[in-house]
Amino acid sequence: MDNDIADRLAIQALLAEYALLIDEDRLEEWVELFAEDCDYRIVTRENVEQSLPHVLIWCKGRNMLADRITSYRHVNEYNLHYDRHVIGPARMQRADGGAWRVEASYALFQTNLEGESRLFSVGRYDMRVMPGAIRGAIRAVQVIADTGSIPTLLATPI
Amino acid sequence: MNLQVDWPRNDYSRIPFHLYHDPAVYELEMARIFRGPVWNYLALEAEVPNAGDYRTTWIGDTSVVVSRGADDRVSAFVNRCAHRGGQVVRKTHGNATEHVCIYHRWCYSGEGDLMGVPFRRGLKGQGGMPADFDPRQHGLRKLRVENFHGVLFGTFAADDARLEPLGDYLGEFGRGMIERFMVRPLRVLGYSRQMVRGNWKLYAENLRDTYHASLLHEFFVRYGLDRATQKGGVKMDERHRHNMNHAYAASDTHDDARQAYAGQLGVEVDRLQLRETAFLAYQPEYADGMNLAAPTIFPNFLLIQIQNSLATRQLRPKGVDAFEIFQTLFAYADDPPGMIEHRLLQANMVGPAGYVSMEDGEAIEITHRMSQASQGDHAVIEMGGRGPIADTMHRLTEVPIRGFWSYWSELMGVEAPDGVR
Repeated sequence: MDNDIADRLAIQALLAEYALLIDEDRLEEWVELFAEDCDYRIVTRENVEQSLPHVLIWCKGRNMLADRITSYRHVNEYNLHYDRHVIGPARMQRADGGAWRVEASYALFQTNLEGESRLFSVGRYDMRVMPGAIRGAIRAVQVIADTGSIPTLLATPI
Repeated sequence: MNLQVDWPRNDYSRIPFHLYHDPAVYELEMARIFRGPVWNYLALEAEVPNAGDYRTTWIGDTSVVVSRGADDRVSAFVNRCAHRGGQVVRKTHGNATEHVCIYHRWCYSGEGDLMGVPFRRGLKGQGGMPADFDPRQHGLRKLRVENFHGVLFGTFAADDARLEPLGDYLGEFGRGMIERFMVRPLRVLGYSRQMVRGNWKLYAENLRDTYHASLLHEFFVRYGLDRATQKGGVKMDERHRHNMNHAYAASDTHDDARQAYAGQLGVEVDRLQLRETAFLAYQPEYADGMNLAAPTIFPNFLLIQIQNSLATRQLRPKGVDAFEIFQTLFAYADDPPGMIEHRLLQANMVGPAGYVSMEDGEAIEITHRMSQASQGDHAVIEMGGRGPIADTMHRLTEVPIRGFWSYWSELMGVEAPDGVR
């Protein structure tokens, strides 16, 4: 039971770290939360409910995730903004091999450089997490966005 | 309403900014262009494979339902109840033999014919519709639908003498390009939607502007997917309303690109160093060798191949200040499993989060935002030359934008005096 509570607290801390690193534009550190052979994808509820495999972003492995950030930093143009994630209470279930399945709602707001905010995306995380060291803890993230109609464009991670 | 446009030049190399912002212009566009003598893209036949399958789609800002009937024929109707104007079909897709408006339960067939009006004959001799009410006169408004190699087109203007048969409308060029993509039965992989706060014509122009591609989308340049140094160009139909940007990836070298882009501020050929590039590879699948092909059919349709990612895009105006890019990613039904994964990984390049496409959303929004307050001023379209509108075997051109405006003006009844066509 003590282990169980320790794992749950660690996962809560991980989610807080996840949100903070994106919102504070520390995206390179955010990538370090993922395992080397991770799988990160953003899909929409519209596609999931039709069993359609389309992905808005699909990174197979931490290298591809790091590439997304490198491209964002150096070559892509996008709407200049700040992100703000609000992650709801997480539902945690033990999964295979000592991993946890973690599901949580999110709301992501964007604020432009003149301080105007808008709701950018709401949806759900479905994660596989290995408790322990925070670096490399995330094995998989599927972001299932209710907001399938992407406002403007999607450059920064959810 | 009579629209007046003072064109600074007869070759459409100056575009008055108010045309992107005037609500009255937008209303006329819905009537004279989208409901005018054109063929609009509706959906892919592969999206309604079985009898009773339906999908909602848009022509301009009119909601339209496309469905396959028991006789296997695909038809389309306007999704607006003939009674009080309610939205009849509220789901994006499904399977049904009839559609019922929830308000007063008027019931329509899959083809849009009015089948039932509750209490039409009243109750115990009281109420009810007049005795001469004829359900046949109160069906949903139907469109004429044509299926061209699995791509469904519809028009509101079947009775308009100006409407050309679909094949003539697409022209040799449009027919050939659709046939090129539709070589095998399709499998739909899914949808993406991007809501851009700009006028729909800014995207119609973007699709006809090959000048921007390798400047705004630096990723293209770095990985040799689309560069001004490559063989390729723009092709239009005879009326210059449709356009195709195309490129041959292996036709230049990285050194050619380095030389050409040296000194072009903002673009650095070697800036990006990705760790994983295998997913970018093109696995040849068309005889013509093009790795990038983007035929754009006036007014709302784009077919796009970037390497092995294949999609249709539908331009959906959402009022004068917004539009949605609705993208349908597809594969071929007989693709081996590895090919599906390859196409999905290449979907990283396209759509609202695409490495080579996300920028358009921002480019259009900054344009729309700033031209709002300068509606007496105009855009300048001179890359590739002034005067006549013609194809080029290079991509440093925005001449097809002038082609778009020339045809837009014809349909809107506002051609410049002696305007080029």
